Amino acid sequence: MNTETLIPKLGVVTDIRIDTPDVKTFRVVGLDGKKVFEHMPGQCAMLSIPGVGEAMFSITSSPTNEDFMEFSIKKCGCLTNWLHAMDVGQQITIRGPYGNGFPVEGALKGKDLLFIAGGIGLAPLRSVINYVRDKRQNYGSIQIVYGSRSKEDLVDYQEILDEWMADEGIQVNLTIDRAQEGWDGHVGFVPNFVKELQPDLNKTVLLCGPPIMIKFTLEGLKELGFSETQVYTTMELRMKCGVGKCGRCNIGSKYVCKDGPVFRFDQLDELPNEY
Amino acid sequence: MQKLSLSKLDQFLEAMAAHQALYLPVEDHSGQAKFQRWAPGVQLSSTLNTVRSAKDFFFPQTEDLVNFKLRGKEIEIIDPRTEHEDFVVFGVRGCDARSFTILDKVFLADPVDTYYQSRREHGTIVSLACTRPEETCFCTSFGIDPTCPQGDVTCWMEGDALYLTANTPKGEALLAQVADLTEACGDEAVKAQQERVSAILKKLPLANFSTKSFGGQVLMEVFDSEKWGTLSESCLGCGTCTFVCPTCQCYDIKDMDTGHGVQRFRCWDSCMYSDFTRMAHGNPRLTQKERFRQRFMHKLVYFPANNNGEYGCVGCGRCLSKCPISMNIVKVAKALEGDCK
Repeated sequence: MNTETLIPKLGVVTDIRIDTPDVKTFRVVGLDGKKVFEHMPGQCAMLSIPGVGEAMFSITSSPTNEDFMEFSIKKCGCLTNWLHAMDVGQQITIRGPYGNGFPVEGALKGKDLLFIAGGIGLAPLRSVINYVRDKRQNYGSIQIVYGSRSKEDLVDYQEILDEWMADEGIQVNLTIDRAQEGWDGHVGFVPNFVKELQPDLNKTVLLCGPPIMIKFTLEGLKELGFSETQVYTTMELRMKCGVGKCGRCNIGSKYVCKDGPVFRFDQLDELPNEY
Repeated sequence: MQKLSLSKLDQFLEAMAAHQALYLPVEDHSGQAKFQRWAPGVQLSSTLNTVRSAKDFFFPQTEDLVNFKLRGKEIEIIDPRTEHEDFVVFGVRGCDARSFTILDKVFLADPVDTYYQSRREHGTIVSLACTRPEETCFCTSFGIDPTCPQGDVTCWMEGDALYLTANTPKGEALLAQVADLTEACGDEAVKAQQERVSAILKKLPLANFSTKSFGGQVLMEVFDSEKWGTLSESCLGCGTCTFVCPTCQCYDIKDMDTGHGVQRFRCWDSCMYSDFTRMAHGNPRLTQKERFRQRFMHKLVYFPANNNGEYGCVGCGRCLSKCPISMNIVKVAKALEGDCK
């Protein structure tokens, strides 16, 4: 293992997919054309353009993808603006993987899974969804509830239509916030949609999205009868080192970069509400 | 135990400096002590209470992590490090000596911070027992005995002599370098000094201060206290407490375009600053109250929760004397004691 955790490796961007008006998905490999490192679903990596900045991003591709890693990144700050402006062939620096990831080989094994995502919140869950699809025999039923502001804001929309919806035994429920032309699917916010769908109470939930969506979805799930021990989420705080030393992502006795970013809601209850 | 006549102190410092860089507390023009590299003529300060702690030696205020050269779409990564030179820090107080073991718990925990580790390996700590503890001192609250500080070598200055004892192989190697200046002796003088100073310690204003109500188990009780608002009311958010603190170790990583490439360095940062947690989508610690609370919660509750009850404070008293609004960990702990239930 590379012990020089603060010294990154080099990666090169081999493909850029425009997902939505403000989300692009970047394909990254090492200079040797292979993956820079292996990871587990839910883990993150530090990406940087020297001179612009370095930030933590969830790895959106599944580890079962043996050829490359992908990052779905929303344009919202200095570094992400730069990433959005770059072209294929650009080298970037990358270090990781960081964090615990979802317990795909532990508590999630054999379970019926309910993925609930809002907007760019699909990025970390896509890694799990594709991992579970590739190891289908290890898991029970799969339901994906995904919502965005509009049809154009649905990340991975083509993959959802062509692959996830085409898969036997995967139920996909999409929703957008407001009605628009060319959309005959559900209209409404994710928390209400989940309540309407009345998912089976034995499911294990993986939830990710904007803080306000997480808050109301969790409340809705609890109203339906879900317990906090059934619901996982993945967190995002400002990070610099990625290894629990720079102090930035400290909440209570935990460091989100190393003890998280994946937490069960009953674990979050034991922490100060400072995220 | 070895003994060195103080008339040979200059020779002693010179002998150590001949083998490796030597740093010691030196008084500046305003009469404040700071660690400075020894050179002929440099005098050991009469006070050991340096304004800045000794953490700089292992965790400097800024340090280069990695450099980059950019050519079009290509990036070159350059490790800027050269082998650290061996060095001795002489005259470290008991509180600062303990602070290194607290920093070790952060930087040497898996994955090891190799920048810090390399400096630790190259540094030899020579602590000097306190004889004039100050009113702001409360290291004894954390089980530190300033009359017998830890370190590779422990020293006592008493009468016309310096008494030395090595505690580690590194310390033994250092004493071997100065062996022709020292002679074996008994510990009577040291014992007498320890008794005398212990009596002073018991009379210090903070002698009975204790943080034992705190610790990892009282997390939510203290966090939810209503007193944080009034305690933090006047906090300027200047971060002075974190910079003078020997155990504060939060850092930032920044890039600087030098014109010839990019220098990525880390520098001390402070949880007292609004930028510390600010993200594109907002800031989880919006007001100074939350930032202030984070600093004290980390030292009194979060750090002990992860480190078998050890607090993230060594009672050096620097924050007591340096805070512009006279707020400090002692006042905070005393105010919140009642909430630890």
